[in-house]
Amino acid sequence: MKFSVKAWSKGGGRAGLLQVGGCSLETPALLLTTRKGLPTFISPDLLSSLPTPDSRLLQFSPLHFLEGISSKTISEMGGLHQMLGLRDHVFAANPADSITSIPDYQSSNKIGASFETPSGRFLVKPGQYVEMISSMKPNMWVTLADEVPAWVSEKRNRASVDRTVRWLDDCLTLTIANNTGGAILGSIVGGSKIDDRKRCAQEVSKRNVSGFHIGGFGLGESMEERSALLSAVTEILPEDKPRQICGLALPEEVLQGVAAGIDLFNSTYIYHLTLGGFALTFPLEEIERHGFSDRLSDNVRDDGTKINLKATIYRKDTSPILESCKCYTCQNHTKAYINHLFNVHEMLAQILLEIHNTHHYLGFFRKIRDAINQGTFEEFRQNFVETRRDHNAGATTAVVATLSA
Amino acid sequence: MALRFEILGRFNRARAARLTLPHFVSQTPLFMPVGTQGTIKGLTTSQLEDIGCQIILGNTYHLALRPTSELIDELGGLHKFMNWPRALLTDSGGFQMVSLLHLADITEQGVTFQSPVDGKPMLLTPEESIQIQNRIGADIIMALDDVVKTTITGPRIEEAMYRTLRWIDRCIAAHKRPHEQNLFGIVQGGLDPVLRDICVKGLVDRDLPGYAIGGLAGGEDKDSFWRVVAQCTAALPEEKPRYVMGVGYPLDIVVCSALGADMYDCVYPTRTARFGTALVPQGVLKLKHHAMANDTGPVDPTCECMVCKNYSRAYIHCLVTKDAMGSQLLSYHNLFYMMKLSRDLHSSIINGQFPKFVCNFLQKMFPKGDVPQWVCNAMEVAGIDITSCCSPFS
Ligand SMILES: [Zn+2]
Ligand SMILES: [Zn+2]
Repeated sequence: MKFSVKAWSKGGGRAGLLQVGGCSLETPALLLTTRKGLPTFISPDLLSSLPTPDSRLLQFSPLHFLEGISSKTISEMGGLHQMLGLRDHVFAANPADSITSIPDYQSSNKIGASFETPSGRFLVKPGQYVEMISSMKPNMWVTLADEVPAWVSEKRNRASVDRTVRWLDDCLTLTIANNTGGAILGSIVGGSKIDDRKRCAQEVSKRNVSGFHIGGFGLGESMEERSALLSAVTEILPEDKPRQICGLALPEEVLQGVAAGIDLFNSTYIYHLTLGGFALTFPLEEIERHGFSDRLSDNVRDDGTKINLKATIYRKDTSPILESCKCYTCQNHTKAYINHLFNVHEMLAQILLEIHNTHHYLGFFRKIRDAINQGTFEEFRQNFVETRRDHNAGATTAVVATLSA
Repeated sequence: MALRFEILGRFNRARAARLTLPHFVSQTPLFMPVGTQGTIKGLTTSQLEDIGCQIILGNTYHLALRPTSELIDELGGLHKFMNWPRALLTDSGGFQMVSLLHLADITEQGVTFQSPVDGKPMLLTPEESIQIQNRIGADIIMALDDVVKTTITGPRIEEAMYRTLRWIDRCIAAHKRPHEQNLFGIVQGGLDPVLRDICVKGLVDRDLPGYAIGGLAGGEDKDSFWRVVAQCTAALPEEKPRYVMGVGYPLDIVVCSALGADMYDCVYPTRTARFGTALVPQGVLKLKHHAMANDTGPVDPTCECMVCKNYSRAYIHCLVTKDAMGSQLLSYHNLFYMMKLSRDLHSSIINGQFPKFVCNFLQKMFPKGDVPQWVCNAMEVAGIDITSCCSPFS
């Protein structure tokens, strides 16, 4: 894996080039969240309809495979790329995915990290984890971390940093012993304590890692305190290595992360939107104040950036989700049809919506990169945030409510 | 009449034809997947085209409830609504009511049932069924028939058959779009050859664009099943398509095609996929089974579909019944299998290789030569020599 920063923008954003697995990817970039290596509803033939190489970055949790298939079998097949028939894609492993592999800090202990999964709770030790990585052969992987929410005691927070750094050393040692490939992203934790965040970032930067993964966000810290926490971390990290984050999902949060110098994000937001029947509709061409069409009179939690296709107002709407959208869904189907599919609980509703939302969010990231390259990221961010705020003062809270519903 | 049916090749009773419908030129024999609510579960219309689907079935009863036939009509018909450029067929809605609703009752007027929306008594008449189907706009629409279980015997069967004949005239009279939609009549009469014969004659007199053989695939024994099919196909006109309703097991399709049937529909391939079962030349493969967990081979090594080219049994095993993707991928494979079977039937009949195809098919499914007796009986009537794939003691 190779990484270099190509441009900095006023407002803090940086644009880079990540070369990994035969792909050249521009950052800031979105890693598509998957379930067992494939996006939840997008089969590989439909995946190829999404923009490339933007859609080549796939994130998965090795814990998805704790049940049903053995590491040995995956290894025999040659790893995840072969098993999934996606040889041109880039796989990034992260033990936590906030959907089907959720860190359970109360059950984690000094020997390993605990996760809630659909197959039950698992305690994963560094040795076991590196073994899984060795058999799955991802292009890059995040080391095991002890992630804790913002409200834990100082003592617990310190323990989480100590364990995470120790497990990083374990992972590095085991990697040499097992001859595990893939670029290593060292985990940085520290909750909402600036000192612990700094200490962790300093320790991890000393190690021989290819990049960094900043964990433990989106776990109860406020949006205000987050900026300081993020900057405290990124200021310590060397500039020439990529930084990935977990837990920042909403567009505003992504922009906050970009401003702090983060390069890689994940798409759990898309997953939650899709399940809720929401389609992203914020304009990608011109994000200006008052640039949104004026159709806010309905009470379907339309905040000007997304619409709920389950709403009855779309029953007879024969227009696509977005006229200008080039995705498979918008090129082929109407809102009326998707509304019907939701009404009768047909799986195609989620398939079509995940395609559109993924396409749209990838477009959002492209816009972010363009803004950074043009040196206008700060204005871009401000316009975006203000327009959303203008449209619905409760937009963010509504989204958060939707996400946690 | 809004179709053309040209027979391109024959082998004894079997035929391969080109069926030209308003929206698509299809090749028979053909299997039609069931897309109950305006979608085949888990697949996009472009995937269905990739798979080679030619005609998709919609269920009138479901579509009339949601989104309603009025809305479909207002938005330009079902083809446009679901963005399916190829052919569509809708059923009459009667069978769905009788099988899904407890309180459905059939009188001379029509099918009375309790509305699933507000519980009020409702009535589906032959006129109304046709009116709804005219609004949905499928290439082929089905007459409302008096459906009885094949396992029932006695005077009810006779009543249902005669009522079906009386209703066909009401359907024909109510049909407003005969130049865009083809009304198929349905042969009823249970397992009674005399009643079936009266029904066939009655329907043939009406000179419909095509005919369906109804009231089968409902639990009757296999020998009765194929005999009814054989009797009806022999009596139905040569130059019209023949559709055996509710048939979807690959073996049944091969047998019925040998006996001169052309079209089939069933939820089986997609439903069984959702339960983790793949259709393969050997029969079925249960992906849920523990033995699949470490099987690195494809679902069907002889299949050329997107799923078999990319995925192992082990990977599908860890998806099935847990993740939506499991049923998406297996539905894809199963429909691909059914379409390949349809294409192989068509081309083997045209190339004069039909008996060889049937023997190969049976050999794979019954490698020990234990071909069921009913299949041997049916093949004898169809004039297909299958002795090479039957063990001498079977
Ligand atoms: Zn779109
Ligand atoms: Zn296949």
